Amino acid sequence: MHSGLYLRRSIFNVLALCLSGVATLIGLIFLGWILYETLVQGIGAMSTTLFTRITAGAEDGGLLNAMVGSLILNFIGIAIAAPIGVLAGAWLAEFANKTRLGEAIRFLNDILLSAPSIVLGLFVYTFVVLPTTALSHKNISFTGLAGGVALALIALPVIVRTTDEMLRLVPSTLREAALSLGVPQWKLTCQILIRAARSGIITGVLLALARISGETAPLLFTAFGNNFLTVNPLKPMSSLPQIIYEYAKQPNDTLNAMAWAGAFVITMFVLLLSLLARLILSRSKVSHD
Amino acid sequence: MPAVEGAAPSVDGERIQVEEARARRDSAHDRRFGWLLKLCALLVLAALLGATLVTLTGGWSAFSTYGWHFLVDATWHPDSQHPDDPSTNVFGALVPIVGTLVTSLIALVLAVPFSFGIALFLSEVAPRWLRTPVTSAIELLAGIPSIIFGMWGLLIFAPFFQAHAKPWIDSHLGVDPDTNQPSWIAAHIPLVGKLLEDTRPFGGSVLTAGIVLAIMILPFISSVMREVFQTVPTRLKESAYALGSSTWEVAWDIMLPYTRAAVIGGIFLGLGRALGETMAVTLIIGNSMDLSPSLLDQGATISSTIANQFSEAAGLQKSSLMALAFLLFVVTFIVLLIARLMLRRLAAKEGN
Repeated sequence: MHSGLYLRRSIFNVLALCLSGVATLIGLIFLGWILYETLVQGIGAMSTTLFTRITAGAEDGGLLNAMVGSLILNFIGIAIAAPIGVLAGAWLAEFANKTRLGEAIRFLNDILLSAPSIVLGLFVYTFVVLPTTALSHKNISFTGLAGGVALALIALPVIVRTTDEMLRLVPSTLREAALSLGVPQWKLTCQILIRAARSGIITGVLLALARISGETAPLLFTAFGNNFLTVNPLKPMSSLPQIIYEYAKQPNDTLNAMAWAGAFVITMFVLLLSLLARLILSRSKVSHD
Repeated sequence: MPAVEGAAPSVDGERIQVEEARARRDSAHDRRFGWLLKLCALLVLAALLGATLVTLTGGWSAFSTYGWHFLVDATWHPDSQHPDDPSTNVFGALVPIVGTLVTSLIALVLAVPFSFGIALFLSEVAPRWLRTPVTSAIELLAGIPSIIFGMWGLLIFAPFFQAHAKPWIDSHLGVDPDTNQPSWIAAHIPLVGKLLEDTRPFGGSVLTAGIVLAIMILPFISSVMREVFQTVPTRLKESAYALGSSTWEVAWDIMLPYTRAAVIGGIFLGLGRALGETMAVTLIIGNSMDLSPSLLDQGATISSTIANQFSEAAGLQKSSLMALAFLLFVVTFIVLLIARLMLRRLAAKEGN
């Protein structure tokens, strides 16, 4: 009787633990499958014309305008989000820590972090695209700038959160030492604390860049896409994720292959960024010890 | 002597004046600096409020034209000639609402047990040398952009599903489309036959979209679970082991109850992601605005409908899409709110 119960429990235990291993294995298989296809199909579709021709050529074209567009859009996004995000994070950590408004904004920032990006795209559409349309008297003015603003909204919460967390990790003795010397708080924040948390903040910016470089949904009706090469942020602008979206939908093997090539470029970029972010963070930890 | 006595206060006074001026200047700078920082932080608030208000005002004419029917009507009929005429434009959002709920439900049903398994494996079962690399690998999955999942789902997974999984489902769970012969399960359990009716030769369907969503939210749920499992006090686990519990019993009866709030929070976090996920679903689900009970049929979600139609929409259709965005934003906001509140409760517990 007793040994029967014990046997049953043991068998159930072994079974459950094996299943947990199987679950992990299945998760890893899907990761491997996705990375494998992106790698193999992407490398298979690589060619020099991808980097020299534009998407106007369709099957005979390349992805040049999309790559340039992606770089510009990401740059605008980070250029807007990084200063605002770092300052907002500094406010949360240094000025509003444990105040009610500070806690509320920290909380809402976490929600913004996972909010549906397509709705943020609609927000930018209404706040940037529609007013510029009214100003320019054109049909409708989708612009790279609007796309950059949309990406900035997505990068912002990532940067705010990491800056806030990293600043709160800075030992408070540093603050006390500076304040006792009569250093004003703005100097303390800008010249001492942000510098002390520099590597963490850079990590946050890199992670935000990784996050927005694959973002597609908010660009559909802000940057809109453009089959020709442009560096003017006041014109519609193409981007890699958007071209992937358009080319993957087509029942055309050549275009699908080009979408894979684009996916390969983005995936490599994102993986490199997160690797770099980790490297910077781990190196800074070593140097502090 | 008197000269020195007279000079000393004036030097001191000068110094005090200089110091006072500097202190005043510094505090003015500090105040201004504080305001600047606060302004930046308030932008986070402005983004959330702005997105809510913009979609609400944009969707107002759809809400006021169709009223409650907007939520329960399955007709989606735009009239591009007269986009503002409510008699020819009929928009009911039942299909995308149901599609969003069903895909998210499939994703949760699949992702939650798998996440629990992964978290259990990584915190209790796996040897130490295996934990870090596997944890990083699973977290890598969270970093892959949604568009890559979408393309993989559309070009690789959906055809694979069509070729290998669907015949099995048809013959073992659903109804065989060629012979119209229901399987034992479809014949004996009501609704299953309808749910798994195979009418179209596509791999992309509500079910495949749900499966890809499950893979996408898996790392979010499992990393929350793994992290909170590590907060369970060792003395609790060791007490249970000392009483003769098996590893599974410790996980199920000790760790899970102890971390229940945070685990639910993690699940809701995944749900929030699944509800708002756009590109992957848009590519896979097929964007059909017809109501179909079958999971193997094409469908649409709120976000896929917006992504698919917004740039070409005008008038009432545009307003209807804005109204959908409002619904999506409010629902995800509430779900994420619950998630964060649940996660916070554990953080508070940890602090004690």
